[in-house]
Amino acid sequence: MGRRFLVVTLAAALLLSGCASTGNPKDPLEGFNRAMFTLNDDLDKIVIKPAAQGYEAVLPTVMGHGVSNFFANIGDIFIAANDALQGKMPDAINDVGRVLVNTTLGVLGFRDVASELGVEKHDEDFGQTFGAWGVGEGAYIVLPFFGPRTVRDSFGLALDLSVDPVSNMYPISDRNTLIVTRVLSDRAQMFPAEKILDEAALDRYTFVRSAYLQRRRNQIFDGNAPRNRNDEE
Amino acid sequence: MNPKYLVLLLLAWFAALVQAQTPEIAPDVLVKNVTDEVLQIIRSDKDIQAGNSKKAMELIEAKVQQHFNFTHMTQLGVGRDWKNASAAQQKQLADEFHTLLVRTYAKALTEYKSQTIAFKPFKMNAGDTDVKVRTQVNQAGSKAIPLDYYLEKLPAGWKVYDIEVEGISLVINYRESFAAEVRSGGIDGLIKSLQNKNKTGASESKKG
Repeated sequence: MGRRFLVVTLAAALLLSGCASTGNPKDPLEGFNRAMFTLNDDLDKIVIKPAAQGYEAVLPTVMGHGVSNFFANIGDIFIAANDALQGKMPDAINDVGRVLVNTTLGVLGFRDVASELGVEKHDEDFGQTFGAWGVGEGAYIVLPFFGPRTVRDSFGLALDLSVDPVSNMYPISDRNTLIVTRVLSDRAQMFPAEKILDEAALDRYTFVRSAYLQRRRNQIFDGNAPRNRNDEE
Repeated sequence: MNPKYLVLLLLAWFAALVQAQTPEIAPDVLVKNVTDEVLQIIRSDKDIQAGNSKKAMELIEAKVQQHFNFTHMTQLGVGRDWKNASAAQQKQLADEFHTLLVRTYAKALTEYKSQTIAFKPFKMNAGDTDVKVRTQVNQAGSKAIPLDYYLEKLPAGWKVYDIEVEGISLVINYRESFAAEVRSGGIDGLIKSLQNKNKTGASESKKG
């Protein structure tokens, strides 16, 4: 389902391109993207944010951490796979170790024992792997629901979802419960950042776009992106 | 010997002596001292924890802002349009951006829960005038967030001119919005937008 959804979106974005633009060469679809950004914001305001606030209010903080740890532990399996695909074997071994420790000692991942022991968590996905292989990022695109991506990261996301154990779980009812829980847990974690963003940004769309592109570039360089502040990008 | 030279020599010697008596604080020590001091204050301040942005701003104005080079930050944020701005416009830009950054920083402080800051190993060569001090925000239940400070050595000591959160440079992140404002309304348009932003923020925080 995820993949077809992405293909339709990319096609729609291409059809709607050529709208007004602030002239960022990385954002040729700005007209479409701004519309989608607003749509996502509205969806968030009406449905997701209130639900996430409810989730946070109902669940004690400790349990909230447990739930986010549980999903993070599942994520570590794929982070390890992506480490391996990028040839970072020590990281891959580190991350397999994290999954083993957290699934057993951490009771199915609800407690992040590995981090407590100083085994560092990494951050990888298929989009970063493509980047590490030298695939260019392509145009910036705001996907419905998923939000900011680049064309490369959209393909990465499709792969991430196609191997995601939560999205591929049966029965469907359990799968849906887990997906909704994960969305709410992730969203609740964003509350502080969101308030700071509202305070900081002159134009939220542009601010989020710059931040996304900067952050992805840094992730691909594993935190050591070469930088020249005087570049006029 | 001309007595004028003697006076100059005495002055130079005196200046050297004064400098030797006030040893300069190393950039990593500066970041650590200020971080520790601010964290200690927030941890014991129930008002800031409850979201009192005004009090957080006062804390920043008293303890933090003197360690920042706001003019340099503004110059980097504005990018290529900076040199097209008059001296008066540059000053206005820097003042407004200063306010915006302090407000944003204050908002971040009110979101403080129980995070701790870890300081990563720091090394610099003698004579370096531009350094990066790496820290990391640790919080229970989620991945640590890298928080890096860029400092430059000025006559008045080390000053921060950029902050990077997870590789996102705060000043560079403003560049595109600033450029768009300048394209549509010139430098004065950007100044106006910043003023409006700072004003709306002010009324909002009064409500809160």
